[in-house]
Amino acid sequence: MINSNGVSHAKTRAIVIVLFLLGLLAPALVYPILLMKILCFGLFAAAFNLLLGFAGLLSFGHAAFLGLAGYVCGYMLRDVGVSPELGILTGTVAAAALGWVFGMLAIRRTGIYFAMVTLALAQMVYFIFLQAPFTGGEDGLQGIPRGTILGLISLSDDLNLYYFVLAIFVFAFWLIYRTIHSPFGHVLTAIRENEPRAISLGYDVAKYKLLAFVLSAGLSGLAGATKMLVFKFATLTDAHWHGSGEVVLMTILGGMGTVLGPVVGSSVIVTLQNELADKVGSLVTVIMGVIFVVCVLAFRRGIVGEVSALYKRMIGAP
Amino acid sequence: MELFGIPTALLGSQLLVGLINGSFYAILSLGLAIIFGLLNIINFAHGAMYMMGAFVAWIALTKFGINYWWALVLAPLIVGAFGAAVERVLLRRLYKLDHLYGLLLTFGLALVIEGLFRDQYGISGQSYPVPQALAGGVPLGFMYLPIYRAWVVVAALAVCFGTWFMIERTKLGAYLRAGTENPQMVQALGINVPVLITFTYGFGVALAAFAGVLAAPVFQVNPVMGSNLLIVVFAVVVIGGMGSILGSIFTGLALGVIEGLTKVFYPEGSSIVVFVVMVIVLLVRPAGLFGKS
Repeated sequence: MINSNGVSHAKTRAIVIVLFLLGLLAPALVYPILLMKILCFGLFAAAFNLLLGFAGLLSFGHAAFLGLAGYVCGYMLRDVGVSPELGILTGTVAAAALGWVFGMLAIRRTGIYFAMVTLALAQMVYFIFLQAPFTGGEDGLQGIPRGTILGLISLSDDLNLYYFVLAIFVFAFWLIYRTIHSPFGHVLTAIRENEPRAISLGYDVAKYKLLAFVLSAGLSGLAGATKMLVFKFATLTDAHWHGSGEVVLMTILGGMGTVLGPVVGSSVIVTLQNELADKVGSLVTVIMGVIFVVCVLAFRRGIVGEVSALYKRMIGAP
Repeated sequence: MELFGIPTALLGSQLLVGLINGSFYAILSLGLAIIFGLLNIINFAHGAMYMMGAFVAWIALTKFGINYWWALVLAPLIVGAFGAAVERVLLRRLYKLDHLYGLLLTFGLALVIEGLFRDQYGISGQSYPVPQALAGGVPLGFMYLPIYRAWVVVAALAVCFGTWFMIERTKLGAYLRAGTENPQMVQALGINVPVLITFTYGFGVALAAFAGVLAAPVFQVNPVMGSNLLIVVFAVVVIGGMGSILGSIFTGLALGVIEGLTKVFYPEGSSIVVFVVMVIVLLVRPAGLFGKS
C-alpha cells in the first residue's frame, strides 16, 4: 500500500487553511450546487480513505452507508418533520450502526474476501431498499424539505446551505485529520503495515478494525445525509455498487493514504462527470473505467502522492 | 398435484430455474477460483466476460448467421483469446503488487467493457432464440420440462466436471496445481509459468463466456447481465471458499436451488437469500464451507 507523503504537518495545515479560504469564496465563482456535491463526495471519499488508506481495508460496499443515511435523513425530514441537524444526525447514526453490522461480519475475513463480503452485503442492502416500503422503491423519496437550522436560518437558499455544508465538511475533515494523527490512527497504520506484529504487540486488532469501519461508515453517512439535503431527494442510485466503485476511484485518483487526496480525487471526478454527462452520455462509465485502469497501472500514488513526491525531489529532500 | 400446498408444476419449474442459476454460479465461481489460485487476482471482469460470451453468440447469429452450436465453441475461444490478451498486456504488470490492485484493475476493465456495450446496444435486452433441436418440452406428469433448460443444467455440469477432471487427473492440471502451490519451483523445473498463467486466465474467462452462451436463450442478452450475477457469485465464493473445485460446484448448485425454493415459499426474499446464507456462514464458519482458514 502507498504510504502517506513526506510533507510536514505545518505545510499540510497551511494548504488546508488556503483551501478553506478558497471554500469561503468559491460560491462567487462556481455554481454552489456543484460545489456542495464536490464537498459531499470529498467527505465520502475522505471517510472511505480512513479505511483503505490508513487501515489498509478495501471496502467495496460503502455506497450502502451513503444510501441508507440519505433515506433515513429524508424520511425524518419529510415524514417525521424533524429539523435538518437532527435529520443529519439520525442519518449518520443509522449509517454507523449499519457499519457496525458490516464490520462485524467483514473483519472475519481479510484481503480479497473482505472486499467481496462488503460488496455482497451492500448488494443485499440495495435489494432491501428496492423492496422496503419506506424507501419508495424505484422512485425513491422525492420533494424533501430542507428546513431551517435551529429554527433560525432557512436552508432553502442555496448560499445558506452552502455554508452549512462547508461547516459540516470542515468539522468532519478535522475529525478525520485528528483520527489519522491520533494514537488510534497510528495503530491502524501499524495493522496495515504488519498485522501479525500488531497482534504480537498486544493490540486487539479486530476491535481497532471494527472501530475504524464504524467511524468510516458513520462519516460516509454524514456525507450521504448532507448530499440528500442538497438535492432534496434520496434514490437507489446512491446505494448502487457503482457508487462503491466510484468512491474507490476518487480515493485512488487523488492519492490513497494522503490527507488531501480524496478531496482532490472527488473534485476531479465530480467535475468531470458534470462536464461529460451531456456530451458523451453512457460513455462516462467507459471514461471512469479507463481512469481506473490507468491509475492502477501507472499512477498508484495518485495526484497528491505524485505532486508531493515531485515536490520532495525538487527541494532535494531524502 | 400439490406438495406442501404448492402446485408441483410451480415447484418443479422454480427448482429448474434454481438449478440453472446454480450451474451458472458453479461455472463462474469455478473460473474465479482457478484464476485466483494461480494469479492471486479476483477477476472483477468475470461478469463482463460472461456478458461478452452471450453477445458474441447473439452477434454471430444476427450478423453472420452462425448457429448456436458453433457459438458454443466460438464464443469461449474468442473471449478466452481476449482474456489472454488482457492478461499479457495489463494484469501481468501487477503480480508483484498487493492483490487488491488486481481487483481494482479488473473492476475498471469491467466498467470499460460494460460501458462500451451499453453505448453500442443500449440497456434493453436482445432476445436469442432457443435452438431448433432443443425447442419444446416434455410433460413429466408433475411438471412440464422445457428441453432447453434441462440441456443448460446438463451442459453446465458436464463442463464443470470436465474442468475438475482436467485439473485433478491430467498432466496439465498437475502443472496448474503445482503452479498454485509454488510457481518458482515449477519454473525451476522447466515449465513455462508465464504461458501457464496466460492460459489459465484465458481458460477461466472462457468458462464464463460458455455460461454466457448457455444463458443467452434463457435470459435476455443485455450489457448489465453479468455484473449483478457476479456479485451473487462473489457471495457464493465467500460461502464455499476457493480451496476446492468440487466444493465450488456443490456450493453453486446448492445456492441456486435454495434461491429457487425461496422464490416459491417466500418470493420477496429470493433476491437476498444468497447473501443471508453468506452472513450465516460468516457467523458460524468464517473460513467458508470448503475453505482453509
